[in-house]
Amino acid sequence: MQYMLLIASEPAPADAPPPAPEEMKPWFDYDALLHEKGVYVDGAPLHGPETATTIRVRDGETITTDGPFAETKEVIGGYYIIDCDDLDQANHFAALCPAAHYGSMEVRPVMDMSELPSPE
Amino acid sequence: MTDDDGTDRTRAPRQVAKVLDEVFRREHARVLSVLVRDLRDLDIAEEALSDAMAEAVVAWERDGLPERPAAWLLTAARRRGIDRIRRADAGRRAASRLAAGTELTVTHDPYDPDASTIPDERLKLLFTCCHPALAPASRVALTLRTIAGLQEPAIAKAFLISETAMARRLGRARRKIRDANIPYRVPADHELPDRLRHVLHVVELVFNEGYLASEGEDLVRPGLMEEALRLARLLVELLPDEAEVQGLLALLLLQHARTPARTDEAGDLVLLEDQDRSRWSTSLLREGTSLVRNALSRGTPGPYQVQAAIAALHGEAMTFEDTDWRQIVALYGVLEQLRPTPVVTLNKAVAVAMSEGPAAGLRLLDGLADELGGFHLHAATRAELLLRDGQHAAARDAFDEALATVTNERERAHLLTRRSEAVDAVG
Repeated sequence: MQYMLLIASEPAPADAPPPAPEEMKPWFDYDALLHEKGVYVDGAPLHGPETATTIRVRDGETITTDGPFAETKEVIGGYYIIDCDDLDQANHFAALCPAAHYGSMEVRPVMDMSELPSPE
Repeated sequence: MTDDDGTDRTRAPRQVAKVLDEVFRREHARVLSVLVRDLRDLDIAEEALSDAMAEAVVAWERDGLPERPAAWLLTAARRRGIDRIRRADAGRRAASRLAAGTELTVTHDPYDPDASTIPDERLKLLFTCCHPALAPASRVALTLRTIAGLQEPAIAKAFLISETAMARRLGRARRKIRDANIPYRVPADHELPDRLRHVLHVVELVFNEGYLASEGEDLVRPGLMEEALRLARLLVELLPDEAEVQGLLALLLLQHARTPARTDEAGDLVLLEDQDRSRWSTSLLREGTSLVRNALSRGTPGPYQVQAAIAALHGEAMTFEDTDWRQIVALYGVLEQLRPTPVVTLNKAVAVAMSEGPAAGLRLLDGLADELGGFHLHAATRAELLLRDGQHAAARDAFDEALATVTNERERAHLLTRRSEAVDAVG
């Protein structure tokens, strides 16, 4: 089963310098760990919340809002998709992510598209 | 045919219904846990079991109670469950949903009706229902539904929420178990202590809600206390080697032993010091005390065992003044190490006040103001100790503070009575 790990943390200021190599090391290690354990499916950092757009459709009308969906200090900063046996294993790997220590991780099961009606 | 008590099995319909209710409650968790293992879906398993129970009402009234009601229910429910899955999926995906080894058609009864037992999968179900990925209120409701076998309306009533709200809560929890694939297994040894803590906490929450209802007119709800005891006894049966499980059962027994003395005829709260100790249940005290001794002798102390040891000391004291307060203060010290929470310190302050005087207790309470300010028990305890210390005006103000946040009506009545004593003393 696939799980999406949503990495939520306080965004770096727009004018912050790029991260130093030693800051990136825990991320490279984590990435390597997920590959090594065979659970890695996909993952990427995301552009900042200022680039986010939220779309909602209500009563047939499309409402487009500038900004991310949540009104909290933390924003989704990136994601991983991992393939695990169950939620316990997914939570285990989520807790190993560097961002789990200063931000939060949302673990969301990825829907199995084969369970939805096919577009025939 | 006759039952053990020698009565004829053909009974009046109402008696039959009562017997069936008892059988359903007793066998619910055992049958449901095997069904969940096979069908891999709590929702479908619950519906299938309801179907089977409806079928049983007709069949058992007609033919009498089967030799092995659990095996009968399991066979009927598996057939119903598999029917439901086939109807819902109508195709190849149906088979993939079932656990490996479960065939889509029931050609024979996989559980030999002559076998004395069906496999006991209840522990798996319990760990799933108490999984930390579910909201605490959902864990409690699910455990009462699936393990204790209570009907949804009864659970809603026990927690004073509407049946629709309870149905929604349970539905959401079951969907999360399915969609997020919350595992159906007993945690591995290294995970067990942490996961067991969650399970024990659920049982404790059920008991506490019965012991001191957080809202409403009744101070106690004996039904919930009984359910918690049943759950704790089941846990001891399923996990006989865990000292903390024994500790929890001992604690609940020792607290429950005092239930007959905790309220007066009007239903008002009677404090430990004013309780008529002859009304305490000696059999529950004896059972609880011997259990906690046995648990502590294993040499793996934990918070429940220590709390049970404290409750046992209260149970042994002939009067409030005779209580071994020094020993209780020492045990609260151990508990503070094991489970450092402000509420533990609050209780320790009461014991310190008894052993060293109210002023010493008040000093401990003052240190908790930041963490527990606004919690009615903090203000109520402070008020009580101030009253004993002769600081009547301060006691009155503290009672006012407690009254502002208390939600149980019986507790409120008690606080009002104590407050009037403080006011009278102020003059």
